[in-house]
Amino acid sequence: MLVLLIATMVFSACIGALKISVPELLAILGNQTGLSAQEGFKPQQAAVLLNIRLPRVFLGVLIGAGLGISGAAVQGLFRNPLAEPGLIGISSGATLFAVLMIVLEVGLFKSLSGVIGFYALSLAAFIGACITTTIVYRLSVRNGRTVTTTLLLSGIAINALAGAFTGLLTYMATDEQLRTITFWSLGSLGGASWETVTGLLPFILIPVAGLPLMAKSLNALALGDAEALHMGIDVRNLKRIIIVLATVAVGASVAVAGTIGFIGLIVPHIIRMTFTADHRLVIPGSAILGAVLLTLADLMARTIVVPAELPIGILTALIGTPVFLYIIITERNKNKI
Amino acid sequence: MIEVNELSYRVGKKELLHRLSFEAQSGELLAILGANGAGKSTLMKLLCREIMPGHGHIIFRAKNLQQYTLPELAKQRAVLSQQNTISVSFIVNELVMMGRYPHFEQVPAARDTEVVRLVMEETGISHLSGRDYNTLSGGEQQRVQLARVLAQVYDCPDACLFLDEPTNGLDLLYQQQMMELARRLADKGYCVICILHDINFASRFADKILMLKDGRKVAMGTPLEVISCENIHETFSINVKLMACEGYSCPLVIPAMIQHEL
Repeated sequence: MLVLLIATMVFSACIGALKISVPELLAILGNQTGLSAQEGFKPQQAAVLLNIRLPRVFLGVLIGAGLGISGAAVQGLFRNPLAEPGLIGISSGATLFAVLMIVLEVGLFKSLSGVIGFYALSLAAFIGACITTTIVYRLSVRNGRTVTTTLLLSGIAINALAGAFTGLLTYMATDEQLRTITFWSLGSLGGASWETVTGLLPFILIPVAGLPLMAKSLNALALGDAEALHMGIDVRNLKRIIIVLATVAVGASVAVAGTIGFIGLIVPHIIRMTFTADHRLVIPGSAILGAVLLTLADLMARTIVVPAELPIGILTALIGTPVFLYIIITERNKNKI
Repeated sequence: MIEVNELSYRVGKKELLHRLSFEAQSGELLAILGANGAGKSTLMKLLCREIMPGHGHIIFRAKNLQQYTLPELAKQRAVLSQQNTISVSFIVNELVMMGRYPHFEQVPAARDTEVVRLVMEETGISHLSGRDYNTLSGGEQQRVQLARVLAQVYDCPDACLFLDEPTNGLDLLYQQQMMELARRLADKGYCVICILHDINFASRFADKILMLKDGRKVAMGTPLEVISCENIHETFSINVKLMACEGYSCPLVIPAMIQHEL
């Protein structure tokens, strides 16, 4: 799977409005790292690759990995394959708090430019996401079992509420703030730069490194809260850690790229269908596959209607909705038996 | 092994357990009998430290139960719960391996794989190893869960096993197999504590029986000592007849006609 990821990254870096061949890509990278002389490529190609293409690919990889892995973790936590960051209100909570940050703290926000400003925005998004996740979790889990209807309904309710507040804030915002909000909520990887990549990196790396360690416990949790406790797992602590790690990744992703739906839903599902439901594979697998899928989706988003580009959310929704419906239908059939 | 002292537990104003004391030794199968709401499940939860006692204390292996850390406890006692539906589908082999989770960090050791193989043989589910848990029948699922529970304490020869109505929802053959297995485990040195509904099963397989009524102890002792019409009437509010049966030391319990009190 790692090979697949690297192939996708190379592929994605090469294709675009300006084509770069694989030898040219290697030549540019070789030159940058001082391994080879400046030959075999045009300076224009190097500029595009280094300043636009590569950061964008890396950003896609990071966000895809973050969304995939937190999707897998949240589904494990809720013991429900329908739990998804976008559906259960993590993303909308993050959005609300990010917008809140822009509107209320505009003075402070402007002075916190660059990476620090990004950190502040991510932190706000993270807090928002934490709050909404906790609310939805409390509402939908009864006696250690998730009630699917309650989960989805409370997700809808929280989404609507967060959306309403976001709307209210947008209404209150000044023109200048409005521009920032609109620019930010476009939901695209278009704003990619090395700065955003380095800004996002820790928020993704920590969950990607931390969540696989929880895989064993998540397996045990699938049997039920009490059963996990009997196996010596501190269930309450485990849940806290998972919510924090998953929302860190989603919050930061939302802060950079707006809401990108369905990646967190379909990726873990694909892995469970093709391999196993064992979280020891599902968690790291979802990170890698999420990265691959988002990078490819972004590649399509920016090449289908060249020279313009499609918002990536449209693409993920186009692919994701049929899969989502498929899961609902199989769940329904399973429950009928 | 396990010593329960003056154990009380209340939720709000309702006292679910009242000054309960008893002991269970290793190598012993203790059956807990009682009507619905008698406090059996509460007692079980207290014994596995799912909840903390309000009053009194539980001594487990010469140490107060609360002094154990969760991972320590996991290696010395295992619990088979009643509800065993799982939302995600696991392969049987993976599920039994979960019983070994307290014993390894990320990758199972050779010993863990071996234990999983052994317990699957012992519970007679080796042929199910590659199956999806959710496609199994109720009886098979129950045995898979038992295998998992067994794998958890396999290395501890005098561990404690808690079985919450292990025969629930099983057909007669599986019920019998389950109880025979529980008996064998007790004979191997485990302390098996088991909530049961069937009095005859309890008297046939258990060394000791604890009868509960409204959170209080009605009787505790060997089947021969406690199985009497009075005790059963007090515990379950039913009238029964006892019938001696050839080859069994303890009489069989059969329901008498229900007498309606006017």
